[in-house]
Amino acid sequence: MSSSYQYQDVGRDLQKKMLGDWYRRLENAPRDGTPVAYLFISGNIGELLRSFGFELLYPEVNALQCGIKKVAGDLILKAEDLGYSSDVCGYVKNDIGLATSGNRGPFGTLPKPDLLVCNYSGCNTYIKWFEALAEHYDAPVFLLDVPYRRTGETQRQEDLDYVVAQLEQLARVCAEMTGKPYDPDALSAQLENSRAAEDLWVRILESAQHRPAPFDAFFEAVFFMAPIYVLRGTRECVDYYEAAWKEIEERMAHKLGPVSEERFRVVIEGPPPWPNFRNFWELFKRWGVCCVASTYSKVGGIWDFGLRHDPRRPMESLAEYAVNCYTNWDWTLRRHMLERYVSDYAADALVIHSVKSCRAFSVGQADVREHFTRSRDLPTLFLESDLADPRYFSEAQIRNRIDAFFEALEHRRVAAVRPVA
Amino acid sequence: MSETQHFRKHGKSWEEIVAHCRVLVLDLDFPAVRAWKQQTGGKAVGCFPVYTPQELIAAAGGLPVTLYGGRGLLEIDHADSRIQSFVCSIARSTLELGLANHLDWMDGFVVPSICDVARNLSGVWQRNFPGQFVFYLHLPQNVDSASSLVYYRGELERFRARLAELTGRAVSDQALQSAIRTYNRNRELLAELYRRRTVQPEQWPASHIYALAGVGNVLPREEHNQLLEAALALGESRPRPKRDWVRVALRGMFCEQPPLELLEVLEEAGCAVVDDDAQIGARFFLEPVADNGDPLTALAEAYLHQTVLTPVNNPGQRSRSEDLLGRCREKWIQGVVFASAKFCEPALYDAVRLKRAVEHAGLPTLEFEYEEKMTVFESVRMQAETFVESVLFFS
Repeated sequence: MSSSYQYQDVGRDLQKKMLGDWYRRLENAPRDGTPVAYLFISGNIGELLRSFGFELLYPEVNALQCGIKKVAGDLILKAEDLGYSSDVCGYVKNDIGLATSGNRGPFGTLPKPDLLVCNYSGCNTYIKWFEALAEHYDAPVFLLDVPYRRTGETQRQEDLDYVVAQLEQLARVCAEMTGKPYDPDALSAQLENSRAAEDLWVRILESAQHRPAPFDAFFEAVFFMAPIYVLRGTRECVDYYEAAWKEIEERMAHKLGPVSEERFRVVIEGPPPWPNFRNFWELFKRWGVCCVASTYSKVGGIWDFGLRHDPRRPMESLAEYAVNCYTNWDWTLRRHMLERYVSDYAADALVIHSVKSCRAFSVGQADVREHFTRSRDLPTLFLESDLADPRYFSEAQIRNRIDAFFEALEHRRVAAVRPVA
Repeated sequence: MSETQHFRKHGKSWEEIVAHCRVLVLDLDFPAVRAWKQQTGGKAVGCFPVYTPQELIAAAGGLPVTLYGGRGLLEIDHADSRIQSFVCSIARSTLELGLANHLDWMDGFVVPSICDVARNLSGVWQRNFPGQFVFYLHLPQNVDSASSLVYYRGELERFRARLAELTGRAVSDQALQSAIRTYNRNRELLAELYRRRTVQPEQWPASHIYALAGVGNVLPREEHNQLLEAALALGESRPRPKRDWVRVALRGMFCEQPPLELLEVLEEAGCAVVDDDAQIGARFFLEPVADNGDPLTALAEAYLHQTVLTPVNNPGQRSRSEDLLGRCREKWIQGVVFASAKFCEPALYDAVRLKRAVEHAGLPTLEFEYEEKMTVFESVRMQAETFVESVLFFS
């Protein structure tokens, strides 16, 4: 990027530094006597745990780091040697591989958990995952049961009451473990930071409504979203989004975007293939494709439809947040979200990346393709591989499908402009 | 005339009852359900496995029908474009049943939250069958929390209200208690059937037991109870020869069902299946559900604290491995067969840890995957024969 720009690459560079610092804190946690809680990204109630002094570790983030650093394949094979089937989630196998290799990964050495918080939102595999870790580490599990957000109904109060009751129970567990009483003020202070970061993050996400979009809401969002998922509630997380917003503003002012010439605007459904992330992106960039909205960037929270953490209602708003993560929404809600993205972000097509590992994401995606192609006449590209297991990424096949799709889309566009006489 | 009355009147043999049950279990046009609807004019409600509190449907005057997919008898055609090939067969074939008009009798569909696939299937169903009654039932996972009882009772209350809308009949506490009694009796009879098999496996072949239990998925429970009473009386009447075999527990068949031939092959190879989790829904509770007091609280308590452990419910403070090993001790089991449905993540995860625990306790294991549509059993037969020989001659 030219040096005449003041803020370009700030988002990515600062993110790397923050994650590096966070992993160092985790590595030092046993030495520093800091208790460590493991939890999942979707619906994570990290602010509550942090208010008791826990350092937080997210096995999914470790798994994606292993994927992107290309060490996931060996770890997955290690888990398969231990008896795990080739048909179960690659993230789980990656983590089992890590745990049985001294927990050493590209990010350093990870501490053992003092507490496993299975914040179950839209994924039964989470339960199995932490059952295995509980046995391996002999650590206690707290299962936060989060009901599925169901069709066509407004948010059900009973669901929230249920989650709040369990959060109060979790607070008692944490107080007992750490010797610190539950401090609602400390929690609210964090939620204030969460809300501020969420406002800024939504602003960044919505910037992609501009033409050209200043930001790729899938391939770049996966970097930009990391702080709000793992460090939400901290002041540094708010600082991060202030800096990242400046970068986006600068891009808009100069009509900069993730591709040199934006030719196609797409909505992407599904997670990325981490071990082949760069290659996968390049296959789209070649066609001038920019992702203007994605669902993967909502796995850790849906804020662009108005939801925010609320320091005045700490437990209730944590519950609302936990229920409203993407894979915890039923398909009618997910479909409506996709329809809204296609329309609000003026997308030319929908791209579905269906991964074998994550049935919570994938089951129903083929049906959604049916919906968009048949009922909405929206060109839809359906790709299959995996988010963690490199064996499922067939580059030649994926390239052919992407090329054929955008070639057809281009032809359709040209034909529409110049109809045959 | 009901099936059972028919058998009694015509003095059918055990083999004839079993053969008839087998036909009803495997018939994808659900003739028993259609006949019930014609006779009663009632509403039939399909239930995806594993656990739906069917007592509520029965109390509302409906017929609960557990759907076990295509039984290997259905070509996946329409469902292929809706659900990917890396998903378990039962989800795909159940959708296919609907799309290919095998379920045109169905007035409603209940999906309990057993796994990610089932959960998402509920949404796929809603889009493909707009207007149909679909109830997604959230089964609480935090079984040790007091809040789960309150929550689940509320969930059952909502289910009761929706069912009343569907059937036009309010579900009184008395009606529900009566249904609980019928189901308790059904579980008692099934338990007796399985108990007899445990004691005398040669007398009660697993595939026969399977058909007798399975027909309950398409019949009203009152009728199934009569049939089981008749079968229990008949089963003792024709002694079968004893044989040398290995007493095994079979795990992994709680949701997607294998072809019945698979059970036969295991028995032919010398495995006496004396404990299994096949079509476990009807045998889900360890104790009778309380039939006095608030029936919804009774059903919720039973779910939280009196369930058979399967890979799709949460043990809470109980231990899955201790539970399985306890059963092995109680039933003099000599080995455990882990037969997981292909792509069934919950079963595949549990198999790893349970296999380790079982082997650690000194019991041999056999592990393989099946699909409802498998047609070749030679590999399983060979594995099972080797397993049996190793137990009989070397352990």
